[in-house]
Amino acid sequence: MSEMHEHSVLLDKDQCVGCTNCIKRCPTGAIRVWNKKAHIIHDRCIDCGECVRICQHHAKIPVYDPISRMNDFEYKVALPAPSLYGQFNWLDDVNILLTAFLEMGFDNVWEVGSAAEIVSQMSREYLEQHTEQWPLISTACPAIVKLIYTRFPNLIEHMLPIQPPVELAATLARRTAIKETGLPSEKIGIFFISPCPAKVTMCRHPIGVEKTDIDYTLAIKEVYKELLPHMKRVADKPLDLAHAGRIGIGWGVSGGEAAGLINDSYLAADGIENCIKVLNDLEDQKFENLQFVELDACPGGCVGGVLTVENPYIAKTRMQAIRRYLPVSGAPEVPKDTGMWTQDVDYEPVMSFGGNFLENMKKMQEVEELMTEFPGIDCGGCGAPSCRALAEDIVRGHASKDNCMYLLLDRIRAKNGEFEDIPVPVYHLKDSQEEEQL
Amino acid sequence: MSDSLEFKYQIDGEDFARVGHASTDVKKKLKMMGLPPDVIRRVSIAIYEGEINMVIHAYGGEITVTISEGDVKMVLADKGPGIPDIEKAMTAGYSTASESVRNLGFGAGMGLPNMKKYTDSIEIETELGVGTTVTMHVKF
Repeated sequence: MSEMHEHSVLLDKDQCVGCTNCIKRCPTGAIRVWNKKAHIIHDRCIDCGECVRICQHHAKIPVYDPISRMNDFEYKVALPAPSLYGQFNWLDDVNILLTAFLEMGFDNVWEVGSAAEIVSQMSREYLEQHTEQWPLISTACPAIVKLIYTRFPNLIEHMLPIQPPVELAATLARRTAIKETGLPSEKIGIFFISPCPAKVTMCRHPIGVEKTDIDYTLAIKEVYKELLPHMKRVADKPLDLAHAGRIGIGWGVSGGEAAGLINDSYLAADGIENCIKVLNDLEDQKFENLQFVELDACPGGCVGGVLTVENPYIAKTRMQAIRRYLPVSGAPEVPKDTGMWTQDVDYEPVMSFGGNFLENMKKMQEVEELMTEFPGIDCGGCGAPSCRALAEDIVRGHASKDNCMYLLLDRIRAKNGEFEDIPVPVYHLKDSQEEEQL
Repeated sequence: MSDSLEFKYQIDGEDFARVGHASTDVKKKLKMMGLPPDVIRRVSIAIYEGEINMVIHAYGGEITVTISEGDVKMVLADKGPGIPDIEKAMTAGYSTASESVRNLGFGAGMGLPNMKKYTDSIEIETELGVGTTVTMHVKF
């Protein structure tokens, strides 16, 4: 296995200029800038990929495994995510794509979409049998799962305790490979072709299961380049390999998983900020009579993952076209002995001050005290995303008041009147709407 | 440092878009202070319901949350029309919300009943034409 990472976004120090874009965009306040470089606070990062999207300097590098890992195994199986199907502008037959995997050197290909149809079937049954857990929240997006168990403890009991399609696909693919080849498990390599780095973390630190059957995670954008020439070559004589139907492939876009439940009482949200809003409202019991909630951290669903190549909405349109000619479902056989979570997921209070009540209250009082001193403009100059975040960092012992440039400027100005001529910034905007302000 | 901590939130009347900002902020703070999840949930629901009530019925108001060891106290004060019949208002499903408010998905008549259900104590002082003050406690 590859070396362990706490999360799947790394910093290219040479590219990072220490600007404030990523600290502002991070939905969990997990990034700080010091020494002109961005640093990720490991336990807060949920691998949503927002910093990768926003960084104009391409300093945030999503982690995935190299294709050369294929050489490590005697028998290799590719697990393409449904979102892969939307990446090609002329693909009308999924078999062309699947056959290209064999040309590329894989011995077999197992569609994640096919396992998704099993998960849909299992979810329908679970939903019917566990009305007390309504609304059940999808656990297919690993960024959302981590968001819930670090920030929404009251919603943990609503998480659907079913493995994500890729995990189930890996288990079934490995079983089939062992049976067909007679090889020992370690000679069989299971490769997930992934749209996002969160899935990379999930494969290395599985949630809800003890160990994963996925050996390595390859990026769609890397595999894409390899597949293209092979696809052209096999375009007029593809093998009949496709199993997934409309439901399974639909999982690649927001709302697809929920639609697979064939149930009208669901909500589907995409984009991390929208998902956080929904989770907050769910915690306040704002929605009644809701059975299922699908949340995808990426805009548009998995097609919006940062390891994809195509605009998510174009990919979505293409997938609609591909799906049109498929059966509703490939009706895969549902295995009796796998697919459910085997481990409980516990609350990890990453935001807590960590002391007893009185200690924590004292810290919160210190935060409020500091907030009266800070300018409250959330400029990010200190390296924290907001004045409040800096105040919390100070109370946690990670920073000091000296980080605040405004306080520093005040102190310089006040110093014996020596520097009182430091200019105050002024803008001269002709079209300024100053007079129309409220 | 005192042995309690106080947060105040101003609630705008008629501003449905901002309903939930107080409950969300309190939740965040209580999580940071490491309170048990169940306590956070109950406080958050009670405040959220209070926010809705203040927006629908009372042209806004002020929420004061006081946290001390073992207790979260919530005081929701408004200068609204007052509650003519508290007993009726406490009945699940009873609502005086307008049709337009109901069309927005609010006004199901569960506000005060939920506030009572999720807190350890609730006290309502109200005077017609003057306003209403709801005081709730969640113990932990």
